[in-house]
Amino acid sequence: MIHVQHVTKRYGDHTAISDVSFSVEKGEVLAFLGPNGAGKTTTMRILTCFMPATEGQATVAGFDCLEQPNDVKRHIGYLPETPPVYQELTVHEYLTFVGRLRGLAGAGLSQRMDRVIDRLSLGPVRARLIANLSRGYRQRVGLAQALLHDPPVLILDEPTVGLDPKQIIEIRQLIKDLSHSHTIILSTHILPEATAICQRVVIINGGRIVAEDTPEQLSARLRRSEKLSLTVKSPPGDWLSQLRQVDGVLAVSNPEGQPTVLVETELGRDIREDLARYVVTHGWGLLELKTVSMTLEDVFLRLTQHEEGVASEPVTPSADSDTALTSPPQP
Amino acid sequence: MTPVQAIIAKELRSAFVSPVVYVVGCVFLLIFGVLAHLAVQSASMQAVRMMQLQGGMAQVNLNDLVFRPTFYSIAIVLLLSLPLLTMRLFAEERKLRTFEFLMTAPIRVNDMVLGKFLSVFVIYLGLLVLTGFVPLIMSMFSSFDWNPVLTGYLGLILLGGLFLAAGVFASSLTENQIVAAFLSFGLLLVFWLLGAVGTLMGDTGPGNFIGYLSFIEHYDRLVRGLVDTKDLIYFVSGISLMLFLAHRVVESQRWK
Repeated sequence: MIHVQHVTKRYGDHTAISDVSFSVEKGEVLAFLGPNGAGKTTTMRILTCFMPATEGQATVAGFDCLEQPNDVKRHIGYLPETPPVYQELTVHEYLTFVGRLRGLAGAGLSQRMDRVIDRLSLGPVRARLIANLSRGYRQRVGLAQALLHDPPVLILDEPTVGLDPKQIIEIRQLIKDLSHSHTIILSTHILPEATAICQRVVIINGGRIVAEDTPEQLSARLRRSEKLSLTVKSPPGDWLSQLRQVDGVLAVSNPEGQPTVLVETELGRDIREDLARYVVTHGWGLLELKTVSMTLEDVFLRLTQHEEGVASEPVTPSADSDTALTSPPQP
Repeated sequence: MTPVQAIIAKELRSAFVSPVVYVVGCVFLLIFGVLAHLAVQSASMQAVRMMQLQGGMAQVNLNDLVFRPTFYSIAIVLLLSLPLLTMRLFAEERKLRTFEFLMTAPIRVNDMVLGKFLSVFVIYLGLLVLTGFVPLIMSMFSSFDWNPVLTGYLGLILLGGLFLAAGVFASSLTENQIVAAFLSFGLLLVFWLLGAVGTLMGDTGPGNFIGYLSFIEHYDRLVRGLVDTKDLIYFVSGISLMLFLAHRVVESQRWK
């Protein structure tokens, strides 16, 4: 549905994005993850034909962003970072204007409008001036604008920024619902959001794609060992060294001095059963034993704050990148 | 509804929500009324003087004594007030980030520029219609030749159109409304002064050319009742040039 090939965008001497390539299949939800200024918005602006790429090619729904911008624009619903609303209009007037620009009119327009107003629960504020709406409502009006013409592709630039937790949950749920019938790209710097709603994550930093995979794969790929968290009730004094004797344990750390330890084990080997048996037979009182998976947050920090070697080339699950990632962070 | 119509409808709605149109419209109409009143006053004083000299009913030409001075003075008022109507058109879109929405909607930049220009042009035509009370009331109490008045109105329509098109262009250049308004004042004043420069250079080739560039000479002929194709072409091409420049500027935003 969306293909981006070797796209580079320069502003004078400044390179905003450099050699970015990725593609999104129909019905997929892709998250663009990266720190502020990484090039997320620039990439989205190129896809929505707001600005052309300096080099490379981008196509949406089979149309070229440079050659057939109006065809591309018709297939896209775009929510920029700041909701593009006219404060002096009411919600109804604003959506009417948006619909007319999109070539909708009459019964078709009012039907679509009723549908998005219903979907985004904008009914109570339909006749109110946008200037008097809260941030959350404005964001929803912005989303309504993007959905009005029922486009196959949705591009959402930080759709949950500035919302309160309840609204964030609502918007995420909405995006999940939309993902059944739409291809969606969304950008965010909130990691759980990407894990919660996206099938695939592209991590972008300094204008380059540093990783691209499913959230689970990304954390699995960057993991050098399995980690288990173990909590016991009454540990003996030398329990750490005792635990190190258990077969398969690589290291045991007890960062906070609590009766909870972090046990690192060999990759691909599940020793939970053995460990549990050991603790129980020694009568320490097993309270909790769980695997600790690397959160996307860890992955993100590693990829965007780590050494040059990682940032300069896409991460592949090869041996070198793994070793590069496991070396301690350079200050 | 075409995109141009949609933009006109939206811009009119936005314009009438903001106080700018009301303030500019009121001040414009007030000054038009005051100017016309002053012109009528001076015409009647002149009539009294002529009566004393001739000892009978004097014939005063209202076209020369009332309408022409009013039309000339109102051009200055237009120069000061119309940039205030156009300043927000593009500047505000850029300031409030709605520009990105417009540029990613499947419409042409042409439609955008034309729609915005026509919206302020409609407002301006509305104001001109309201000034029509002055000649209507005068025609009830006196007689004058309607033709120069109508060509004067044609001149006002074209002159205002040119000012508005220049304002659209100025507004496309910046995201600051005050800068946009001031740019259009400056641009229009320079073109106004070109008339004086042309006159100074006398009846030479360059002098005539520079004089031709100024709108004031063309407006003057229309106010005097002369409809010349040359002047019509001047205004229409001037408006087109300004809108074309605005189009280029808006289009170029995306290449930055």
